[in-house]
Amino acid sequence: MDQFLQLLVAGLATGAIYALAAIGFTLVWQTSQTINFAQGEFVMLPAILALAARDLLHLPFWAAAMLATAVFLLLFGVGFKRFLVDPMLKHGVLPLAIATMALSILMKEGAKDGYSAQAAQFPSMVPEGTFSLLGAAVSLRDVAVFVVAIAAIVALQLFVTRTRLGRTMQATAQNPTVARILGVRVERMILLTFLINAGLAVFASYLISPIYLAKFSNGEVIGLSAFIAAIVGGFNQVRGALAGGFIVGLVDNLAAAYVSSGYRTAVPLGLLVVFILFKPEGLLGRREERTV
Amino acid sequence: MTRVLEVKGMRKYFGGIRAVDGVDFHVNKGEILGIIGPNGCGKSTLFNCILGQLTPTDGEVLLEGRPVTGLYPSELAKLGVSRTFQLLQVFPTLSVRENLILAGQEHRGTKLSRLFGRGDAGLTDAANRMIAFFELDHLADQKAGGLSYGQQKLLDAAMAFMAGPKLVLLDEPAGGVNPTMLAALKERLEAINREQGATFVVIEHNMDFVMSLCSRVVVMAEGRVLAQGTPAEVRADPAVVEAYLGH
Amino acid sequence: MIRRLDPNLVVIAIAAPLLWFIPVGFKAYGLYVVSLWLVMAIAAMGLNLTLGYAGLKSLAQAAFVGIGAYTTAILTKNHGVAWPVAFLVSGALSFGVGVVLGFPALRVKFHHLAFVTLAFAMFVFLVARNEEWLTGGVYGFSNIPRPVIFGLDLSRALPFYRFVLVVTVGLSLAMWWLLRSPWGRAFQALRENWMRAASLGVDIRTYTLLAFAIGSAWGGFAGALYAPLVEFIDPAPFAISASFVMLLTVVVGGSGFFLGPFVGAFLSFVLPELLRATGGWYLLVYASVVLILLVFSPTGILGLVERAREHVAQRRAAEMRAAARPMLEGSEAR
Repeated sequence: MDQFLQLLVAGLATGAIYALAAIGFTLVWQTSQTINFAQGEFVMLPAILALAARDLLHLPFWAAAMLATAVFLLLFGVGFKRFLVDPMLKHGVLPLAIATMALSILMKEGAKDGYSAQAAQFPSMVPEGTFSLLGAAVSLRDVAVFVVAIAAIVALQLFVTRTRLGRTMQATAQNPTVARILGVRVERMILLTFLINAGLAVFASYLISPIYLAKFSNGEVIGLSAFIAAIVGGFNQVRGALAGGFIVGLVDNLAAAYVSSGYRTAVPLGLLVVFILFKPEGLLGRREERTV
Repeated sequence: MTRVLEVKGMRKYFGGIRAVDGVDFHVNKGEILGIIGPNGCGKSTLFNCILGQLTPTDGEVLLEGRPVTGLYPSELAKLGVSRTFQLLQVFPTLSVRENLILAGQEHRGTKLSRLFGRGDAGLTDAANRMIAFFELDHLADQKAGGLSYGQQKLLDAAMAFMAGPKLVLLDEPAGGVNPTMLAALKERLEAINREQGATFVVIEHNMDFVMSLCSRVVVMAEGRVLAQGTPAEVRADPAVVEAYLGH
Repeated sequence: MIRRLDPNLVVIAIAAPLLWFIPVGFKAYGLYVVSLWLVMAIAAMGLNLTLGYAGLKSLAQAAFVGIGAYTTAILTKNHGVAWPVAFLVSGALSFGVGVVLGFPALRVKFHHLAFVTLAFAMFVFLVARNEEWLTGGVYGFSNIPRPVIFGLDLSRALPFYRFVLVVTVGLSLAMWWLLRSPWGRAFQALRENWMRAASLGVDIRTYTLLAFAIGSAWGGFAGALYAPLVEFIDPAPFAISASFVMLLTVVVGGSGFFLGPFVGAFLSFVLPELLRATGGWYLLVYASVVLILLVFSPTGILGLVERAREHVAQRRAAEMRAAARPMLEGSEAR
């Protein structure tokens, strides 16, 4: 029971981070049909950038992290849209998806060659230590990660539902054509979703890297988990991505403990396959009209 | 007279919408039957139910007296039921000739003989004959995607006849085709009907086209059969005039 | 009617003897790189069938190379099975697994299919890493024997390279035959318009499974050559990023072009080795080249060549029309 409770909290913490990545994933999918196969690398890279800035420019860590955030938002928020998505999208969804695969290799190799092939310690932004909950020693960091991630998601949700800009963005995501007719500056709104995606990735990166260490290859598992979370939750739903993130985080952590640590990734994957075959619209998604 | 196709009590509901609501008709051998009706009367849904694209809510389809309800489109095709689509459906990167060969290839031999044998020889000849018949000679080696709309419509129709089908269902063959091309298409269809005794069902909006091509017409409205008979009879039917011709 | 020779066949006929003799002076490393190029071209050829011709998005081709490589390593090293038998078993096993993986393709399309195949690729990788009793785990297999075939010892680099070349030519010809047969046409019909294909009697279920299975079998064949080529295998080269690279290989070469896989494999597997000599960063350079290329020509290098050729043909046709116009106007005036 103690162990179960620990796993539960750890699962919710990683799940919240997966949810951050999955929400970004669904946002860019909604606004510009981008299946971003580099989403995992988006979460991997900011931490590496921060460490590189600290080590190479001899900056204090907080300054390095801020510099890395700015650079990342510029390159992978604005640059990603302007120089990859915009020119590729007119060729279709598939060429764009393939281009993001190339981008994922580029980011991974860039991190490996440009910074390090080794895993590196990443300073935790939240307190370490444990506290006792119902007799179980629960990691304070897990709880903090969970709280911070959820706070970010709630803030995003408030932005989307309560502010004029957020509502416009949401409307654009749901129907760009109508939004354009209504005089929305669609391009700007799409750019905003890309910036939010990059921002969420930075957040996820700084939260997860203290747990799993910062390493160039981290993107594979994170990316896969984000895809699974997005699909299981419902491909075009922010709420779905959140639910999916928690499910994947929990399943992942419980499988590692109770099934086999070697196959921990396989269990969420099995979940993914079952969903795709039997409930392709996901838990909360709407079934897309089948064309005959 | 043998009935090539018989449709009994066909119904198709989408939730509360009764797209097809109890339709009965038959097609005799060698006949050209027209199905007309205003937009949204259920013609295309009826077609898709007959052809296995949609599963009917209720009803039966008989091909030469044998039940074929719910068979896959490819299985129906092998039993000799062929079709064209409302929207253009050719294979754009294959040449005109390859489109036609493809349309015929699955009807002879087995999968293995198609892989290892020289199964193409007869098909190429058949495709060339079809190309000549539809006067597409100068386009035979061009990619189908590069053809004009009317030419693609001709190719689309030609593909439906490649396998020597018992029955061909044409979904709005005249839609978007210019008058010259339309006359050519009509002439070809009549010639195939006359020479090979081929049986057609045609769904169409273009009244002149249907009335001059078909020997018998079924008029649909709101998912039901409103009237059927020769073009002259249908034209004179007050209910039809009211519902469809009267505007 | 004289049949025009297929240019693809002409290229094979000219390239095969050239490739037989050109690398004679190469050192062992050079021969390894050229062999790797051919082996990966075989795997890409399989994916080109599945993706390029039949239009089914698979992200698992490297996993099939892995299945073939492990099968061959286990059979030849641990059980002393002759290589040709291991080769056939590798292909057959991949074919069988490919059939099973094809079933989701009957239900789901596009990105969902890509994710199912991605999940499968990950699963294969996990099995290779975890099942030490079978695969040697992270340490893998070393000293995989190179075959002796019909008394020919292929342990040295040049004979082995030539052997790879012979197998490559054989598999290329088989693929060529397949693609120009009615099956090839049916696969393309599947890609372009499966609904219309079905209405013409094309059994889309069987052809979908076949497209998956045959493409996978080529992956298995490539694996059967890969294992004795590198003589050491571990799970890393069959990870999901390797399947990404396989997909990029096909697309960059020219998806749906018969020779695309050879062009793509050159870019993906030979170019990095050439760049390796210039120090690190080679995969970075490779990925950048691929990205730039994709932005400019999403149909790949051969797509670019085709576009250029069509452009020239169109200009020539326009010139001919322009030359003919005075005559036309003259006849109308009459």
